[in-house]
Amino acid sequence: MISGMGTDSPAEPPRAADWPAPPPREATADLRVLVLAGGLSYEREVSLKSGRRVLDALRSVGVEAELRDADATLLPILTEDPPDAVVIALHGATGEDGSLRGVLDLCDIPYVGCDARASRLAWDKPSAKAVLREAGIPTPDWVALPHDRFSELGATAVLDRIVDRLGLPLMVKPAQGGSGLGAAVVRELSALPAAMVGCFGYDSTALVERYVPGMDVAVSVVDLGEGPRALPAVEIVPRNGVYDYAARYTAGLTTWHAPARLSARAAARVAETALAAHTALGLRDLSRVDLIVDEDGQPHVLEVNVSPGMTETSLLPLAVGAAGLDFGELLRTLASRAALRRSRT
Amino acid sequence: MTGTTLDDYTDRYARRVRGMTASEIRALFAVASRPEVVSLAGGAPYIAALPLDAVGEMLNELGARQGASTLQYGIGQGTLELRERICEVMSLSGIDVGCGASPEDVVVTVGGQQALDLVARLFLDPGDVVLAEGPTYVGALGVFQSAQAQVVHVPMDADGLIPEALEAAIADVAHSGRRAKFLYTIPTFQNPAGVTLSEERRERVLDICERAGLLVVEDDPYGQLWFDREAPAPLRARRRDGVFYLSTFSKTFAPGLRVGWILAPHAVRDKLVIASEAQILCPSAFAQAAVTTYLTTMPWRQQLKVYREIYRERRDALLDALADYMPAGTSWTRPGGGLFVWATLPDGLDAKAMVPRAIAARVAYVPGTGFYADGTGAGHMRLNFSFPAPERIREGVRRLAMVMEQEAAMRQVFGAVGRGPVRRRGQAGADVPGPDLA
Repeated sequence: MISGMGTDSPAEPPRAADWPAPPPREATADLRVLVLAGGLSYEREVSLKSGRRVLDALRSVGVEAELRDADATLLPILTEDPPDAVVIALHGATGEDGSLRGVLDLCDIPYVGCDARASRLAWDKPSAKAVLREAGIPTPDWVALPHDRFSELGATAVLDRIVDRLGLPLMVKPAQGGSGLGAAVVRELSALPAAMVGCFGYDSTALVERYVPGMDVAVSVVDLGEGPRALPAVEIVPRNGVYDYAARYTAGLTTWHAPARLSARAAARVAETALAAHTALGLRDLSRVDLIVDEDGQPHVLEVNVSPGMTETSLLPLAVGAAGLDFGELLRTLASRAALRRSRT
Repeated sequence: MTGTTLDDYTDRYARRVRGMTASEIRALFAVASRPEVVSLAGGAPYIAALPLDAVGEMLNELGARQGASTLQYGIGQGTLELRERICEVMSLSGIDVGCGASPEDVVVTVGGQQALDLVARLFLDPGDVVLAEGPTYVGALGVFQSAQAQVVHVPMDADGLIPEALEAAIADVAHSGRRAKFLYTIPTFQNPAGVTLSEERRERVLDICERAGLLVVEDDPYGQLWFDREAPAPLRARRRDGVFYLSTFSKTFAPGLRVGWILAPHAVRDKLVIASEAQILCPSAFAQAAVTTYLTTMPWRQQLKVYREIYRERRDALLDALADYMPAGTSWTRPGGGLFVWATLPDGLDAKAMVPRAIAARVAYVPGTGFYADGTGAGHMRLNFSFPAPERIREGVRRLAMVMEQEAAMRQVFGAVGRGPVRRRGQAGADVPGPDLA
């Protein structure tokens, strides 16, 4: 039994009344929002799903919204007919490495979410983990190595050293990327080379992390005008034990508990940790922090997503529902707050 | 607090639904539709080669002048006019009245895919065995999986299905106490392998099946798309009994119309019609009228020549590029027609594991695993040449060669890590793009 989980009084889910009311509909009657989805990343498919869901949600609350791919047609549109705000539903490099945000900045178009600099930092997992550790936020021990180091120094020698230091099992994942693509849990040394090859298929740098057993949770952080706050943690229980691509995007293959089955104390600790990570990385508006809660109830931050998934099986929308909030209203609030940023400058 | 799986129907699905899960490989192909990516992963005909203005006018007329019938229900078997035209098309490859081909025995279907599904519905019980070439058409694997049949693959070489291997497979299946119902074969310009069953082997394969009491389901979508010389006559042109002949207008005219057909032995024809009515009621009257009018009023034989010319040039571009760029240890087939080349990678390379690296290099192909029921075939890839222009094909192969070299270097660094897990959990379709990818 994990002491942090379900032993004392269960976490009380916050009620919608605790959250600030969305702006009056009249205030956003003229708001025009561009939702960006697609892109050229590995997560194009997921992004298109996120984008369509965001589009529907915005329209359901009366916002004039349009969906576009980030392709050669985008800049002319941003110049000729600029929207009031952009919602970035792009996952993977374009949406999360800061580059597209930089381009939107160049065009003076406000967007929901953090700025280019913070996005770049959060997107690169090893850089983000270094910042978290410096801020005293627990994150599993790690080493990040580009494939060149392995060829220069000899793979076996380097891998042996890694296992000596971090032990087994290990988590291997691309330094940049999401949706569990290229990620693997390695339980035996003999499986490590194959996991490295699989990982390097997706990125030139691998993050090898000490594996922390425990409860997988995701905490979405949103700022609706009163500073960043954590939505209820969502607990992830994949049917086959592995939260891989199929488990993430096939309804029925994973059980999600929202809120997570944590004690009130553990839930508060998880929320605090997620907020601390959001703040330490300089994020804005919304993010999703993925954590493991170990057997002592201690949360460890695995990674932070600045453009979290918004699909039917994604974690942020589940958390929004668990908080008693409306997904469309939440997006309307965030978009209208983003739109104000241009008016101010 | 029980949590949610976001699917309240999980415990109600039929068994055949198991394995229908989201696939990361399939998701990676989403990028392949962007113009930056050279897609050698599709299977789409080059529709731009059609006289689209004239076809458009023809379709207009069908609505304006014949709407009362073309927008109405039709009969389950398909219109007689179209079945007559289909017989004319089949006679090009030697399936004519002389071998018992009659419009009466033709059933019009929604593409070749429905034809396959009908045959499966008529003949397959759960647990039955289907023999099929290895590799074989992924859409057929999907149909057989839905029918809960087991596919036993029979290897090919440059001359197509190997008769001795077929005999051995039949014996193995019988020995294991299972029942093989039919041989599913694409003898001409096979998808995905690009090889053609030789003249001499056609007779032997038919003899073997006849002796074993095995039906033959002959799928022939590409027979008219020959480049160098006419393809050997179909199996159905050689035997009137025991052979079901399936074909389609998807590759010779337009896949968007979804018109295919089966030529079936007389006794089976009525059952096919009943099964088809239960499934789709009737094929689209409009699409049938479109194909009939196309075959009646437009120079379709000339159009076949146009397609052959274009595809021959593209096949040559692909074969030349492969010869120029592929790393040592790679081999590939040299198709005399059709849409595909099958490439075999140097030892140790895994085509499925390499897909993300290829996508990053802006080139797409289909890993061989999509063409085997059990997910083997990681050492191969299918390359399509019908859709991309010759210079794009060359550029795609250049990128692919680079990807293979990077992957080989990576594998060398980490030692012989072998190929990924041989068994696939989900359906074969998980490893191939959707039908919309060109």
